[in-house]
Amino acid sequence: MRLITHNMLSSNIKGVVNGFPLRIEAEKVVEKTVEMNGEFLKKMFEKIDWKAFVDASRAMGYTELPEEADSSMLDSDEFLNRFHHALLELHLEEGVLVCPETGRRFPVSKGIPNMLLHEDEV
Amino acid sequence: MASRPEVIAPPEIFYDDAEARKYTSSSRIVQIQATLSERALELLALPDDGVPKLLLDIGCGSGLSGETISENGHHWIGLDISASMLNVAVEREVEGDLLLGDMGQGIGIRPGVMDGAISISAVQWLCNADKSSHNPRLRLKAFFTSLYKCLSNGARAVFQVYPENIDQRELILNAAMHAGFAGGIVVDFPHSSKKRKEFLVLTCGQCSVNASISKGKNEDGESCSDDDSEDEENQTVCISDRHRPRKKQKNNKVGKGKEWLLRKKEQMRRRGNVVPPNTKYTGRKRKDRF
Repeated sequence: MRLITHNMLSSNIKGVVNGFPLRIEAEKVVEKTVEMNGEFLKKMFEKIDWKAFVDASRAMGYTELPEEADSSMLDSDEFLNRFHHALLELHLEEGVLVCPETGRRFPVSKGIPNMLLHEDEV
Repeated sequence: MASRPEVIAPPEIFYDDAEARKYTSSSRIVQIQATLSERALELLALPDDGVPKLLLDIGCGSGLSGETISENGHHWIGLDISASMLNVAVEREVEGDLLLGDMGQGIGIRPGVMDGAISISAVQWLCNADKSSHNPRLRLKAFFTSLYKCLSNGARAVFQVYPENIDQRELILNAAMHAGFAGGIVVDFPHSSKKRKEFLVLTCGQCSVNASISKGKNEDGESCSDDDSEDEENQTVCISDRHRPRKKQKNNKVGKGKEWLLRKKEQMRRRGNVVPPNTKYTGRKRKDRF
């Protein structure tokens, strides 16, 4: 699972008002090289929740993202490279995603988060 | 289709390790999935600005349809309930991210972030109640409501479905309309029972007023018009042929009068036929014994 997906995911449990962002407890992180597309990164920058993104990348062991970011930083190649690396190249292989409200733990196995809910959670 | 897998078992049980591997290694299925995915992307009508889009692939299975999305240069997130299918996708090293989840429980994605959604041969599974807690109507509602929420304004969703009957298609379409979507059904090859494919094309947001739904393809690939009405007509004729009740015998039939008879004789004279002359006996009832 990449951070681009984590930034989209939220907890879907009944009664949860704000299930975003899920906290990451990483056990195994893998890096895979992906070709960079500047246009896509700029478009995703507008959609990304930056605070959640920074926290998630730090939980994955990548600490080179700035705490705050605005669109002018997209002109910097160095920033784009870091953004691209954190967004599309870091993969959470094993670990847990934790719902911020209920503490429900969604296991991640082989890079696939298990978001199935129990019957009482639907 | 020879048989419908929905009737055999729930999807997470039907697509076990053996079935998932068999499904993915069948070149015929791979070809069909690729064709359907191409068509779905075409119906999605993504803007041609060269920027990759982030798409949601619902019921992605082993990543066959996602592969088509990647080949077209887009990014995708896949969602499926079968762990075995997703494991096959991991082995095949698909480019999209994978989620194990049940679409009937709602899609747990943040509002307004997806550029589009496609689904190949998946949504009809929601019409089956596989557990005592399952209510198909509620599951469809949860699915479409959460999907509407996570799509961005103006985004589209295209679902290729195999509805079991008209009721099932109506059920799916009504659930989508109630969730706020606009759109309808596009039918490719409507007259061929084998090649027929149905796509549910939905638009999300205010600009749906201007959206136009593509025409379905005909046998020779051309567009044909009035798919829905034509389809309804075919169905109606078919049903009528099968179930038409035996015609009721009219037992209070009224005979024709003397005026009708005189008119007929005059008509036949004008045509040059040999007609007996009119007498006082013309039009009288014969006695019973003859």
